[in-house]
Amino acid sequence: MKIVPRTDEVRFDAATKTLDRSGAENEINEPDKNALEMALQLKQKHGGDVVLLSMGPPFFEPHLRLGIAMGADNVILLSDRAFAGADTYPTSYTLAIAIRKIGNFDLVLCGEESSDASTGQVPPGIAEWLGIPQVTYVSQIEVTENVARAKRTIKGGYEIVEAPLPLLVSVELGCNSPRFPDFKRKRWAEKEFKLTVWTASDLEAEPGKIGSKGSHTIVDELIQLPIPSRRMEQISGSPEEEATQIIQKIKEALST
Amino acid sequence: MVYLEHSGGQLERVSLEILGKAHQLAQKLTTNVTAVILGCNLGKLGEEAIQFGADQVLLANSSGLEKYTTEAFTAALGEIVRERKPEILLLGATHDGRDLAGRLAVRLNTGLTAHAVQVEIEPETNLLLCDVPGFGGSIVARCKCPHSRPQMATIRPGIFQIPQRDPQRQGSIENVAVSLGEVTTKVVERSVKETVDIAKAEIIVIAGRGAESYLDAIRKVSSSVGGVIGVTRPLADKGLVPRDQQVGSTGYAVAPKVALVLGASGAAHFVSGIRDARSVISVNKDPEAPIKSYADYYVVDGIERLLPALLSSLERMQGRER
Repeated sequence: MKIVPRTDEVRFDAATKTLDRSGAENEINEPDKNALEMALQLKQKHGGDVVLLSMGPPFFEPHLRLGIAMGADNVILLSDRAFAGADTYPTSYTLAIAIRKIGNFDLVLCGEESSDASTGQVPPGIAEWLGIPQVTYVSQIEVTENVARAKRTIKGGYEIVEAPLPLLVSVELGCNSPRFPDFKRKRWAEKEFKLTVWTASDLEAEPGKIGSKGSHTIVDELIQLPIPSRRMEQISGSPEEEATQIIQKIKEALST
Repeated sequence: MVYLEHSGGQLERVSLEILGKAHQLAQKLTTNVTAVILGCNLGKLGEEAIQFGADQVLLANSSGLEKYTTEAFTAALGEIVRERKPEILLLGATHDGRDLAGRLAVRLNTGLTAHAVQVEIEPETNLLLCDVPGFGGSIVARCKCPHSRPQMATIRPGIFQIPQRDPQRQGSIENVAVSLGEVTTKVVERSVKETVDIAKAEIIVIAGRGAESYLDAIRKVSSSVGGVIGVTRPLADKGLVPRDQQVGSTGYAVAPKVALVLGASGAAHFVSGIRDARSVISVNKDPEAPIKSYADYYVVDGIERLLPALLSSLERMQGRER
């Protein structure tokens, strides 16, 4: 689970060419909520524990507690300055060695991508580090014995993929309706629940494989795309008059 | 090197778009474009790739590559890349392309940039520069991979031009043997419909949440103006219209001559998708909805009032034309 700034509240400082996230409210990355909902539904059917795993600074904590309030059993936050500046390669490595440390898992569920960098590369990366199969862009899943049947979105439709457990699944944004937290549980999660934090040394991570040191890519420059200038002319009148004008404008646009 | 996807005996559009771009990059680097095609019964796909810009085609033909599975395709492409050692590897940012690239980059211990909207060669270093949109599409990061090889990138579909097909173009085709290793996953069912290519449409009629109850009428409007239907994310989430028709940063960017946007409020992740529309007309009953700032012409009125008027005007006009 990743905590991301609300994308429309991130400001771009044109002078320094950096992002100012300070004014932006943070929230749980949306497809990660769908992944948690899928996990909670599987737990209701089959039992087991749902562990939330996240990597980021300490300010992630209150948001992760919301995941506990929704029904997760435990939270592990990977937090260390040494993890900072990671691209998808060290990020997937760090999450994978944490999953190995947790051990004894059947399914790793991730959101399909994050709303900030939106690469979608971390889930397949984790699966490769763990050496387990993956099914991405999954909207539904059924588990029987040691096999999962996953409905995977592809261009123009879907496919059903059968895969053995343990398995990594990336979950499609909007495929289910994440539950609201239970009020009582929310108070407990906020006030009493003890969250686990692991550092790089807890993970015995290879120093050259984490954070900016472990990254293969660098960001050279950030550019803000200008908002295209539009005429912003209002068309008004009766519905018939408005319709006539709309058709007129469509014709004009097509003839240019 | 470019990895080409195909279906129904033809290369995918995005694969052709990548071939055109790769040809330009190769000219700057005075090198060749090698295309990799994986599958079973590849027919004339090698010839097609050459006609669209490949200099060399590597075909891996195997029954284990008939349907896409992460394991088999990562094994095959990984083996080819390790042998041929390309400087650059480009793939389409499709569902399968992203699934494959994300895994392959870790296996090859290299850097990968996701769904680039522009790629070029940095003159001083000959490195690949990739422009990648983030934060709902409003900010672009220019990324590079200085030390590891290949420099991998997935390319967003619908951005680059498909090159002119040149039936006279010459190139070499080579069949390569690959080992697929153990494949534990199985595709047991597949249901695919013809997709509407909204990225290339001239007219697109986009329905937002305020218009979701009127999709039938909107389809009529769209077909009578010769357009295609697009939707904002909530409508695709509900499954009312396929994901392939979702406009915005988590769907497709469109560049029509005109976009008629009905009942969309103008959320940042949506409006980044209509940035390149030449003209935008919006209809929303809320006079405060931000969509009007992204429109050339806007109407403040209810969809339920406007649609019947729009339909009868269109019918009248078509009647006259007949």
